Amino acid sequence: MSCCGASPDIDDINELSRLVSSKLAAFLRTLRDNGFAVGLAESRDAAVIMTEGYAARPGLLRSAFKHLLSARKTDWDKFDGIFDAFWLGKRVRSRSVTSGAAKAANNPSLKNLPSHSAQPRADGNTAIDQVPSADGAGNDRSGKGRMEGASAAENLAETDFRNLADPEQIAQAHLAAARLARAMRTRLTRRNLARRRGYRIDLRRTIHGNISHGGVAIRLVNRQRKQKALRLVVLLDASGSMSMYTGLFLRFIHGVLDEFREAEAFLFHTRLAHVSDAMKERDASRALDRLSIMAQGAGGGTRIGESLQTFNRWHAARVIHSRTCVMIVSDGYETGDVALLDREMAALGRRCRRIVWLNPMMGWQGYAPEARGIKAALPYVDLYAPANTLASLTALEPYLARL
Amino acid sequence: MKTRDEIAQALGKAGYVADSELATAISLMQLLRRPLLLEGEAGVGKTEVAKALAAVYATELIRLQCYEGLDQSAALYEWNYQHQLLSIQAHHGTDADAIEDRIFSEKYLLERPLLAAIRRDKPPVLLIDEIDRADDEFEAFLLELLSDFQVSIPEFGTIKATSIPHVVLTSNGTRELSDALRRRCLYHYVDYPDVERETRIIMARIDGAEASLSLQIARMVESIRKEELRKVPGVAETLDWAAALVGLDVKDLHDAPETVHETLMCLLKTQEDRARMTREVSARLLGRVA
Repeated sequence: MSCCGASPDIDDINELSRLVSSKLAAFLRTLRDNGFAVGLAESRDAAVIMTEGYAARPGLLRSAFKHLLSARKTDWDKFDGIFDAFWLGKRVRSRSVTSGAAKAANNPSLKNLPSHSAQPRADGNTAIDQVPSADGAGNDRSGKGRMEGASAAENLAETDFRNLADPEQIAQAHLAAARLARAMRTRLTRRNLARRRGYRIDLRRTIHGNISHGGVAIRLVNRQRKQKALRLVVLLDASGSMSMYTGLFLRFIHGVLDEFREAEAFLFHTRLAHVSDAMKERDASRALDRLSIMAQGAGGGTRIGESLQTFNRWHAARVIHSRTCVMIVSDGYETGDVALLDREMAALGRRCRRIVWLNPMMGWQGYAPEARGIKAALPYVDLYAPANTLASLTALEPYLARL
Repeated sequence: MKTRDEIAQALGKAGYVADSELATAISLMQLLRRPLLLEGEAGVGKTEVAKALAAVYATELIRLQCYEGLDQSAALYEWNYQHQLLSIQAHHGTDADAIEDRIFSEKYLLERPLLAAIRRDKPPVLLIDEIDRADDEFEAFLLELLSDFQVSIPEFGTIKATSIPHVVLTSNGTRELSDALRRRCLYHYVDYPDVERETRIIMARIDGAEASLSLQIARMVESIRKEELRKVPGVAETLDWAAALVGLDVKDLHDAPETVHETLMCLLKTQEDRARMTREVSARLLGRVA
């Protein structure tokens, strides 16, 4: 970076280093704005890197900074774009590279996704988003009928989630989630006790614990299996056809993330977004604020299969362990490939302990699970239940507690 | 400080074909004395990096394999209780202080990998493998050790590091690591190698693998990775397959399509993937390999 003319005097060098370090500070600030965890120690080491000759070539400096400043795969993928934009001034082009080249499937936020071209219905009807029309099944094959959902989903993208932040309703949703969490936790403790009986003796610790008795084994130490708290992973369908219920479930999810010791939340329509971090904001209205930013630009119908594929590929290994219950909240109207949905449900079923499918449509009179998605998914589901109001969620408590 | 080219060359000599980014990471490890966190799919050669690094520095490799429930006594140190008890009984009747001094001395201390790593004369390479399998508590403890490089043993006193080890951590991403640990480390994502690098890896690791055959194998594996598979084959699988083909005396993949199909079991490790890779599919993929 020191590339000024011949034999600069001391003042020039001081001035130069001041400029470089302020530029470096600005770069680190840019990174922080982009979600990188950069602290003081990193700033110091970044300065060390620059003075140690790594700044000779941009490519080298980029590589060195990339190792120092990124902390996870998502950082790693977007670093080059940010670096080029900041230091090399390739602003516009590299921006588009960042959003396009970062593997979309891997990108937890939806905001960079190109908006899916929504096709409004040719006949100009306003989209009716909840009820399967009588001719719905016939339209399946052409796929056009399903695009009703698409135009409605676009509505959702514009929906301001902040409207959902009515304090009283939020409190109610939290209450429901808290009761659920308590129900599922009590169950856990009982299991704990049962397992404690008759497990193996830990010989080493027994000897250790009885040294004070001269090595005579008076007090035995048993070996217990470590207990993991039950983890609830919620996948919420936020497509147009679900728009009536999205608010309710978002509030519920906010409560779940708050009350459960371990919980993760995902939102999907045509893509999947990991929203736990945004939703973990204590202040519900701010959480919904952040969420509406993430949901923007997404449109189209519901691709449950594809979303599940993304989930299985990129998130499942991390968020699912042996005591995980996956809760899918969706009406099961699939606009994507049903065979894919079938395959991904099977993969998910192999992985987690229980799958619960909550379907708001089931609350409707005369509803039968005829949507293609539901038909494909049902064989893998452990509990299939209606849920369209908070009351119906609370009514589920005994069933969920049994899982 | 060795330059990156020298590091890449030295790694190459140790049998690891590194890209320039990894060489940069290793030079930064030396410069900043930070641990290196390697993430990536299973089988891309994360552990191999540490092994090669130990060979480059001509030093010992100390490996700590993490698992659920790993605790201090398995990772750091433990007293040899049985010997202590024997000693107490053997010296029964002597001065109590003398016995205490005796049984809490070096002789009765069992060194586990982390303690061993900071007590060597020459800095070893400390490989903490699959850190994501260990519990959160252990991660926090490890963080403390990695910043202070000293261990305090209540009965014995504080042991300061005689040498700071080169620390390499690997993670498969089965659990989200804490931000604190991530920040402490340099981060490197190990991806599947491209065809050119995989060819060089095969030639470096498999005796008798000709350049043309290695290139064919690398291309074939690359196209298999693009298929929809449950378990994408890693570099280790590629090497197994290459070894099998060389062992079966195959000189050109096109000459032995039958053998190619039958040996695909080296790459495909689930029944589902095996079923998906029918003769037709493998023939189609083989056809694409020039």
